[in-house]
Amino acid sequence: MAESTTAIALDRPRSPRRPAARRSNFELYSWLFMRISGLALVVLVLGHLFIMNILDGGVHRINFAFVAGRWSSPFWQFWDLLMLWLAQLHGGNGLRTIIDDYARKGSTRFWLKMLLYVSMAVILVLGTLVIFTFDPNI
Amino acid sequence: MAAPATAEPTTHPSGVPAPEGSVDVTVKIQRFNPEQDSEPHWESYDIPALPTDRVLNLLINIKSYIDGSLAFRRSCAHGICGSDAMQINGVNRLACKVLVKDLLAKKGKTTITVAPLKGLPLLKDLYVDMEPFFEAYRSIKPYLIAYGNEPTRERIQSPADRERFDDTTKCILCAACTTSCPVYWADGTYFGPAAIVNAHRFIFDSRDEAAEERLDILNDAEGVWRCRTTFNCTDACPRGIEVTKAIQEVKRALLFRRV
Repeated sequence: MAESTTAIALDRPRSPRRPAARRSNFELYSWLFMRISGLALVVLVLGHLFIMNILDGGVHRINFAFVAGRWSSPFWQFWDLLMLWLAQLHGGNGLRTIIDDYARKGSTRFWLKMLLYVSMAVILVLGTLVIFTFDPNI
Repeated sequence: MAAPATAEPTTHPSGVPAPEGSVDVTVKIQRFNPEQDSEPHWESYDIPALPTDRVLNLLINIKSYIDGSLAFRRSCAHGICGSDAMQINGVNRLACKVLVKDLLAKKGKTTITVAPLKGLPLLKDLYVDMEPFFEAYRSIKPYLIAYGNEPTRERIQSPADRERFDDTTKCILCAACTTSCPVYWADGTYFGPAAIVNAHRFIFDSRDEAAEERLDILNDAEGVWRCRTTFNCTDACPRGIEVTKAIQEVKRALLFRRV
């Protein structure tokens, strides 16, 4: 072969390292979840606020009996459970992206996220437990 | 001798020639010399400027008559090459496309603030390292990818198919959009608007066959899902590209897996 094939390969000198693509749809689904849960929360939270604060004398009628009465119905149990889970996951995912946006150091990012995930888990577990094990005769 | 009929430009105390009709403006420039300074600092220059001058003219005057060490990029000076993107009065603009008359204060003295693009490593004065920007650009494969046998004639495209990505063909890679993006400021691994615009240009090109590949790249953690639709990019684009819209179209293509 006459021609030389020794091309000098200067492959991206000084270019920053980009982590290999993870090939996962996680960010897509979390983006989609934010839109759908946001829409659902508008109805759930505004409905909740309306019932609790405006309807029938509003906040003054709320007592143990009122809560016990509501949670005797599976509908309101489900409503509150859905609101709890959607609000926690929606808010948690929002905070996750905010941490990703603003935390500069890898370790800060990691610990802030750990704090977030632990607090989310505690509130989710505790809230779910209360909704399902609520005893009106306590 | 009497004054000549045509007014010669008088020389301003700054040393910059002051043609007839010029007004005094203060140009406040962020300066940084890596060999002397540890931090960037601001320096002000009182110079005469014509309302029809562009900010680039002022920078060239300062460099020519006051301080030759002022460093900034410019090539064509007519809004085509995309070399002189910088922050002018806090927003990313091409210095060659901003007229002084649009920056003049209603009353009192005009101060024009000029700073380098944010989010890219500062090298000197208004000079930033564009490599991270171009790295993001290269990683979305900004070239035609077509498989199979090469056609013996040109690749035909209907006007409607061409229209689909017309807006994003206008990009001049000036980095004004990417460096106006708050997500990019905080996290340099985000591809940034310009890379997504250039991916859009090929994803929606009917002659290109690698839309899937590029969509996969942009589906990643550092891809389109980091966009917060703040519209800074659309506002910054000197070519008037609807950048945020292009990003949303890529999101939609990913969501429905349809181009």
